Amino acid sequence: MPGDLPAPIVNADSAPYWEGARNGKLLLQRCRDCGTLRFFPRYLCTACGSDHTEWAEASGRGTVHSFTIVHRAALPEFQARTPYVVALIDLEEGPRMMTNIVGDDALDVALGEAVTMAFEERGTEGAMVPQFRRGAGDV
Amino acid sequence: MSSLRNKVIVAGVGESDIGKVPHMTGVGLNAQACKRALDDAGLTLKDVDGLLTAYTMTEPYFMLGTVVAEYLGLQPRYCASVAVGGGSPAVMLKHAAEAVLAGNCDTVLVCAGENRATGQTRDSAVAALTIVGHPYFENPYGPLIPGFYAMIARRYMHEYGTTREQMAAVAVNGRNHALRHPNAHMKKPITIEDVLTSKPIAEPLNILDCCLISDAAGAFVVTRADRAPDMRKRPAWLLGIGEFHTHEHLIAAPSLTEFGCRQSGEAAYAMAGLGPEDVDFAQLYDCFTIVPIIEMEELGLAERGAGGEMFLRKETAIEGRFPVNTDGGLLSHAQAGAGGGIFGIVEALRQLRGGEGPRQVKRHDVALVHNEGGILSSNCTILLGREAR
Ligand SMILES: [Zn+2]
Repeated sequence: MPGDLPAPIVNADSAPYWEGARNGKLLLQRCRDCGTLRFFPRYLCTACGSDHTEWAEASGRGTVHSFTIVHRAALPEFQARTPYVVALIDLEEGPRMMTNIVGDDALDVALGEAVTMAFEERGTEGAMVPQFRRGAGDV
Repeated sequence: MSSLRNKVIVAGVGESDIGKVPHMTGVGLNAQACKRALDDAGLTLKDVDGLLTAYTMTEPYFMLGTVVAEYLGLQPRYCASVAVGGGSPAVMLKHAAEAVLAGNCDTVLVCAGENRATGQTRDSAVAALTIVGHPYFENPYGPLIPGFYAMIARRYMHEYGTTREQMAAVAVNGRNHALRHPNAHMKKPITIEDVLTSKPIAEPLNILDCCLISDAAGAFVVTRADRAPDMRKRPAWLLGIGEFHTHEHLIAAPSLTEFGCRQSGEAAYAMAGLGPEDVDFAQLYDCFTIVPIIEMEELGLAERGAGGEMFLRKETAIEGRFPVNTDGGLLSHAQAGAGGGIFGIVEALRQLRGGEGPRQVKRHDVALVHNEGGILSSNCTILLGREAR
């Protein structure tokens, strides 16, 4: 259902992240002083406090740390999708992020299994949000 | 920080009318709870020179501390709004105690609660449902508050073997106790089967695993311990208190199975010179059924992985070895925004005094109250005593 949900909110911290997503890339911030990767995007490194930051492309592979199948959504635009999966993914590179599990077999998701990045269109201006589908297939 | 042990007392407690109270405003419910807490302590508004409250999602107020002071006709010399979600009431007790000890004021009135059941506009209901999620990196995926706790529950079940039956037993424990409470929101008995077959919200959590949405407010009065003989009734002594904050959003939580309740509890025990074995009963934060199980284990009241079984074996019943949530908790007594956890403090004082009839626990010298806010983000643990110790 491309575009049926609102576009993500872009701000100064996250503009490169969302621009990356628009181009099919999952971008993480990396500290140029200590090398720590972080998610979500922020001004300072949470490991050392440095403000020297660069963007690094993630592989798009990860594993399911936990998940829930939502039957009652908070907002009407999500209620139309129920039941749907919300999951926490541990990226291969280390950071953890939230996602939906998308695809026809999404409801069969299991804890610890491999997932692979996908993207979903939001809004009417071509915005994309990172999503994940089951399996260790091609990114 | 100098120790707060034995320096301040909780002198009186009150709760508003609870349930659906459409004839009262949210701030009005707070005022009612405040009046009852002051009456309980044998004090009046003239004795109050400090005021703390939390926040509201149902009424369009900005500086809620001064809003409540203004509503009550108070001009305090110490006043603030504290916003650490459900952790706010316990954190406010700590801030009140610190303010009294520092000489900023003598008597602090603390209140929290809202008219969540009947006072919500559509906009405020949506805001209340989504405000806990990260606006940019969680909310695009349609999580919801039960969904965050569901992800914790699933991981906890995976790592420690906690079962759905054990979680359901938490809800039944609370309901059994609420049935003995004259002011509890829920009046109908439930069984483990009822919880397991109730409507799914966010797997593995069903509707009966989730806390209530009530019109409710609570209040308590904090003052110097040397004023104890002047109070109308026996107060509770603050023996120990600790807070710890690890994250706000679940994507930034250091773990889905280890939380700041460990550190807040250790700080409270250290201040009191007590350990988990000295606690007679506990009022734990139970916004969802998995949460008191985690808290029992993190606070050392149960072995890791053994908290759920204590509920299932009814050891947490009022007649049990270690009574938990004797008022029914957020699951069955009341939950209204920041107000939920305040009733743990209210109930702790009542139980410590004794005389609660069919709800009275047998051993009532030391109570533990735990509040948490966000997604187990902000934690605060309180140890209260029937006597100074
Ligand atoms: Zn760094």
